[in-house]
Amino acid sequence: MSSTTPKSAFWLGVRDALPFILIAAPFGLLFGVVASEAGLDMAQLMVMTSVVIAGASQFTALQLMSDNAPTLVVVATALAVNLRMTMYSAALTPHIGKATLWKRALMSFFLFDQNYGISILRFEKHTDWSLDAKVAYFIGTIVTISPIWIIAGFVGALVGSAIPPEAGLDFALPITFIAMVAPALRTVAHIAAAVTSVALTLAFSFIPYSLGLILAALIAMAVGAWIEVQITKRQGTLL
Amino acid sequence: MTFDPFQTWLIIFALGIGTFLIRFSFIGLVGDKEFPEWVLRLLRYTPVAVMPGLVAPLVLWPSATGGEPDAARIIAAFAALFIGYFSKNLLWAVIGGISILYLAMFLIG
Repeated sequence: MSSTTPKSAFWLGVRDALPFILIAAPFGLLFGVVASEAGLDMAQLMVMTSVVIAGASQFTALQLMSDNAPTLVVVATALAVNLRMTMYSAALTPHIGKATLWKRALMSFFLFDQNYGISILRFEKHTDWSLDAKVAYFIGTIVTISPIWIIAGFVGALVGSAIPPEAGLDFALPITFIAMVAPALRTVAHIAAAVTSVALTLAFSFIPYSLGLILAALIAMAVGAWIEVQITKRQGTLL
Repeated sequence: MTFDPFQTWLIIFALGIGTFLIRFSFIGLVGDKEFPEWVLRLLRYTPVAVMPGLVAPLVLWPSATGGEPDAARIIAAFAALFIGYFSKNLLWAVIGGISILYLAMFLIG
């Protein structure tokens, strides 16, 4: 494997990313449908999906806009959903942090859950890869997934504008959120955070401007982290 | 939705720039530093702390029924949760949830 050239790494990146088209295509399509139902026009929708490239936060922004939350709350809450990406950025830095500035900027712009996941596995496994090989691999994952995401959003918008509002698609957005969260409920700590989030958001619904959600989310994060610590401690004493 | 085009564009660009800065934070600016463990631990829970809270009022008090709880929507929400949890598959959970919604609306009326 020491003979891995940037070119072969690039194609390996393309190959590793291929299965994720099956996630990016329907999810991007769904965004297009839901965003057009929520009232975004084609230009707004396409710019959003092309410059944000983070489905969960895009759906979050759409929902809060539908709730008429203040602009600042929409942006802050949607960005909170993306905070996890600081972890991705930190984890990838030892591998690609020495690339030129414009390459780092480009890779950052196109950093999302799927290509983080596959890249970090490869980089930690192939410690002998050169910087150029790692960069080429990462770009291979980008060029495979990102165009599909953007095209799917466009197709979804065409489909969405053809669906009349009476079709009851108002509930597609809540269903999408539930579908995103359910597979993420991997541990007791994740479940506790989710339950706390639900209970407190409902309890705080009297607080204006959707600020109750932000407060509930902060407490829910703390609950998740606290339970993780407790579980780790207990396992520590058992071992 | 009562957002005018200016506010909508403002949200789109603020979200785009903010998300880029989050992604660029370590790769571009901070460099080769480690996060303290407690920060990593909190960050792990942001998605599951934000999204369930966002969705709960929509399920209980949907705007389509004027804020009245609606059995079909609640059933569909739990169906999506159940399918998503056990299949670990986003797409199946969406398709299942929407199908159950239409079925429940048809059966309950």
